[in-house]
Amino acid sequence: MTLLTEPASTGLAATERAMPLVARFERGLAAPICLTWELTYACNLSCVHCLSASGRRDPRELSTEQCESIIDELQAMQVFYVNVGGGEPTVRPDFWHLLEYAVNHQVGVKFSTNGVRIDAARARYLASTDYVDVQVSLDGATAAVNDQVRGEGSYAMALRALDNLTTAGFRDAKISVVVTRHNVDQLDEFKRIADDHGATLRLTRLRPSGRGADVWDELHPTHDQQRDLYEWLVRAGEKVLTGDSFFHLAGFGEKLPGLNLCGAGRVVCLIDPVGDVYACPFTIHETFRAGNIVTDGGFAQVWRTSELFGRLREPQGGGACSACQHYDVCRGGCMAAKFFTGLPLDGPDPECVQGYGQAALADPQRTVPALSLDHSHRREPAGRREPVLLQLGTRPDAATPAAPAAPAAPPVSACAENPLAGFTPAR
Amino acid sequence: MSTDTLEDQTLDAAWELSRSVALRPESFGALAYHFGNRRLIFLKRRELVEVVRGLGDAPDARTALRRAGVPAEQWASFAAALRGLADADVIRPRQPAAEQPAGEQGEPG
Repeated sequence: MTLLTEPASTGLAATERAMPLVARFERGLAAPICLTWELTYACNLSCVHCLSASGRRDPRELSTEQCESIIDELQAMQVFYVNVGGGEPTVRPDFWHLLEYAVNHQVGVKFSTNGVRIDAARARYLASTDYVDVQVSLDGATAAVNDQVRGEGSYAMALRALDNLTTAGFRDAKISVVVTRHNVDQLDEFKRIADDHGATLRLTRLRPSGRGADVWDELHPTHDQQRDLYEWLVRAGEKVLTGDSFFHLAGFGEKLPGLNLCGAGRVVCLIDPVGDVYACPFTIHETFRAGNIVTDGGFAQVWRTSELFGRLREPQGGGACSACQHYDVCRGGCMAAKFFTGLPLDGPDPECVQGYGQAALADPQRTVPALSLDHSHRREPAGRREPVLLQLGTRPDAATPAAPAAPAAPPVSACAENPLAGFTPAR
Repeated sequence: MSTDTLEDQTLDAAWELSRSVALRPESFGALAYHFGNRRLIFLKRRELVEVVRGLGDAPDARTALRRAGVPAEQWASFAAALRGLADADVIRPRQPAAEQPAGEQGEPG
């Protein structure tokens, strides 16, 4: 089963007077059609390119009840499914409860995971559900390439999760790959891993968001690699999902399948673990914060009345790009990619296939914005580089069944001089 | 089979919104979501949405079109659109109540 791959439309060819669907989307929909909800900033991994700079849980994260009320609201708004992520969403103790709650309220769930909690039993449970989709992240088709980005042991963890899902009979899981300079030549191998697991491959673009800003220069595909990627995607067609990620590559030739539109604040948005709503999953920054679900009257209120979203739904000029013959297909590329590389939003994408991004990146005046939120682990997680030096002890506790009975009297002090110290006469 | 025959068949048939489908109103028309195959389909005209919503209460598609105020000269293109919606299982041929299979759908629309 697949969730939305690409929206189909049924129009009225002969009497079509309506504007094209993309133009409708640019003005925004009554509710998002692609909503990402990050449940926690906590994560067992520390991927170098993490979009949300995750690692540590935020103490302000939404409670179970608050999450349930968001689901109620999504049901009322007819948001038919959400993409749940994090952090690692499955480390939230109420994750499985919220999953069931959503499905029971006609809000389907596709959740992204590094696989840490997908053991054989969970895989069987997932295979028994309808309306739940699982997406396992993998950034290398080999452990060497993957673990360099996602951390030691993460390849084995993801493959174990995929094996468990396959064994349990879960059909059509997704394998989500962020395309980098080091894995772009492994696309056929990724496809083979997906095929071997009865899964669908999903490729997405490396964004300089979150910790991605630190590694973007060294990890984003080179120009030649982008062309190879584009040609690979054209050959793959709709058999490989992209989440409309690569529309900036359309400048190489024909459009890729998908909307070829920046959906930020129009058909897409992000709810973060503390209830902040951002324009898209790649824009966790104060500049793109539309409001907060808790303090601004709920999700529908933020979606409908946010000033930021209102601006994003206005017609956008092409700026420096409008003179380019490819602007109609690439639409100037990705807002987040421009913002987090310090480029003007109405200019070329940093990975503009016509090379205009290169020139823009060379501008000496360019400054890269600082992260406005960082939940990174303060140090590498245990086992990554060195052991964590701590000692665990247990405290005697009256509630513990094995605890010895409390002594009848305080212990005798070393300074007690009385010859009868410590002697309790029998009664 | 000629196009006219197909058009007549579509217009003469009794239809209903598939029970797996929910319609979400949008400024341009509606977004239809199919809970079974999880596809989104956009109905880009409000008149079409009105027709689709009226199908279940009409003896045939012609009646639904008339009730929605669609001019007769547009019925051909509406019939084609309905055919497309039927192919996507947004609408289904309506069977007499007694013959409706029970519990066929997993998710309520």
